[in-house]
Amino acid sequence: MGTLSEEILGAPAGEYVDRKVDRAFVHDGTGVLTLEAWRCMGSGRIADPSRTYILFDHIAPANNSITANLQAELRQFAREHGIRFSEVGGGICHQLMSEGEVLPGEVVVGADSHSCTLGAFGAFATGVGATDMAAIWSEGMTWFRVPHTIGIRLSGTLPPRTEAKDLALTYVGRLGMDGASYQAIEFSGTGARGLSMDDRLTLSNLAVETGAKAGLFYADRVTCEYLAGFGKKVVPQVPAGCCYARTISIDLHEIVPVVAVPPRVDSVKPVSELEGLPIDQVFVGTCTNGRYADLERFARLVAGKKVKVRTIVVPASGSILARGIESGIIRDIIAAGCVVGSPGCGPCLGAHMGVIGEGEVCLSTANRNFRNRMGVGGEIYLGSVGTAAATALAGVLTDPGGA
Amino acid sequence: MRIEGKALCLPQDIDTDVIIAGRYLRTKDRKLWAVHAFEDLDPGIAPRLAGAVIVAGKNFGCGSSREQAAIALREAGVAGIVAPSFARIFFRNAVNVGLPVVECDCPCTDNTLVVAELEEGYVEMGGSRIPARKLSPRMIGILKAGGLVDFWRASH
Ligand code: SF4
Repeated sequence: MGTLSEEILGAPAGEYVDRKVDRAFVHDGTGVLTLEAWRCMGSGRIADPSRTYILFDHIAPANNSITANLQAELRQFAREHGIRFSEVGGGICHQLMSEGEVLPGEVVVGADSHSCTLGAFGAFATGVGATDMAAIWSEGMTWFRVPHTIGIRLSGTLPPRTEAKDLALTYVGRLGMDGASYQAIEFSGTGARGLSMDDRLTLSNLAVETGAKAGLFYADRVTCEYLAGFGKKVVPQVPAGCCYARTISIDLHEIVPVVAVPPRVDSVKPVSELEGLPIDQVFVGTCTNGRYADLERFARLVAGKKVKVRTIVVPASGSILARGIESGIIRDIIAAGCVVGSPGCGPCLGAHMGVIGEGEVCLSTANRNFRNRMGVGGEIYLGSVGTAAATALAGVLTDPGGA
Repeated sequence: MRIEGKALCLPQDIDTDVIIAGRYLRTKDRKLWAVHAFEDLDPGIAPRLAGAVIVAGKNFGCGSSREQAAIALREAGVAGIVAPSFARIFFRNAVNVGLPVVECDCPCTDNTLVVAELEEGYVEMGGSRIPARKLSPRMIGILKAGGLVDFWRASH
């Protein structure tokens, strides 16, 4: 028995394998280039349209006529080839794939770096570029070098007012931005088993910020119950718990609210050290923290109060928005003075809907704080939903513990 | 397979947002990406890219999977990139668009001549020869074809 990546890819670490792809997805950003490369390749075929997905999320709804035209072409293409398609407002690709599509043991590739999110299901999920994806569309296969694995052993439970996001930023800080380059990360231990599916998705999501190819959890009872909610019957995977290139241990009890200080995701500091920093915008959403549990936590913290800075909340998918309207949390969020955007990536990649101005500072629940990412001359601090809520209410960076 | 050009030194952890910013992704215009490459790092860098070999610190190309980053550099005329390590998606993308990448830990002096031999695995700069990791035969094949699209067409 080997690591989960070795088991799924069927070869020991270091070997090159050609592997059938179980699910392949692109979004409106990478889909355009994929389509162009696919046309140039000239195969004329899509190997398995029922397992191929085009999901609009990055600049959706379109912001201008150039984008609109590119999207129209992709939409038309999806229709012609019977490719599974999600329209603007459907939600973020990784979120949609996590709503009962990806199953344990599958090989999943997305033309987006955060495709590692789906490793939370015990799938081997990784990002590729557009040309690789074009070849996958044609052949249904691609090559991988089976990665070595870093084990992250989790114990204990998270203290109140900390979240999976604080844990995620903490491990990124410990490994560094290239600490897991070319490798996979496997989360295990009693602390991992105690995490909800939403928490696991957040942890797997950040794996690529350490350079990792994949971030995996073994499917267990929690995974099976979650997928049963989408009508999928799956069985748990048996953890090997061995064969790691390196292991680090994290005691969840020791996690505190943290932020990643721009422009590096691995520059992680306790919120308490930076309290009082002026903030111009708070953004809650993305494939990291735009799930229902996140919005619910945020709503609980701001309900009946008023935010002091402009606050943008973007649900990660249409079904999350619908559920939030039904339960009333969206009403609470709006009543607190926040604006709710249409499901998708929102301002995360700095292309539309909430871009920040020069010299402005945003506290965001996203996963990247690179220079100029959300707007030229702006700065992004990354934090948890609780930190976002406390900060929105105070108008300055605030530890959720003090809220 | 051999590449050569004048060294253009860059720091470590160059991310794809810095190579080509998200605000330029709303198009298919490759020339536009080339013109705006590295704009947020150094707005005056564009004219120096043609014919240059980028010699960077570790973890080059981290961040997003946007292939536009690799395309921008190829379009701008970059002859190749030498770095101790690359983010894996960027590494694959670069090969797939026909942009040579070499894993090698070399000290860098701007404008010195750099020669890299990809199959034999070394980089020569300033009179010294430094070993580099060899690319897999498949990657060499793709680079020689000028990218995965042409490689694919030739093999199907
Ligand atoms: S939400 Fe942000 S990080 Fe996630 S897929 Fe969209 S742009 Fe990428």
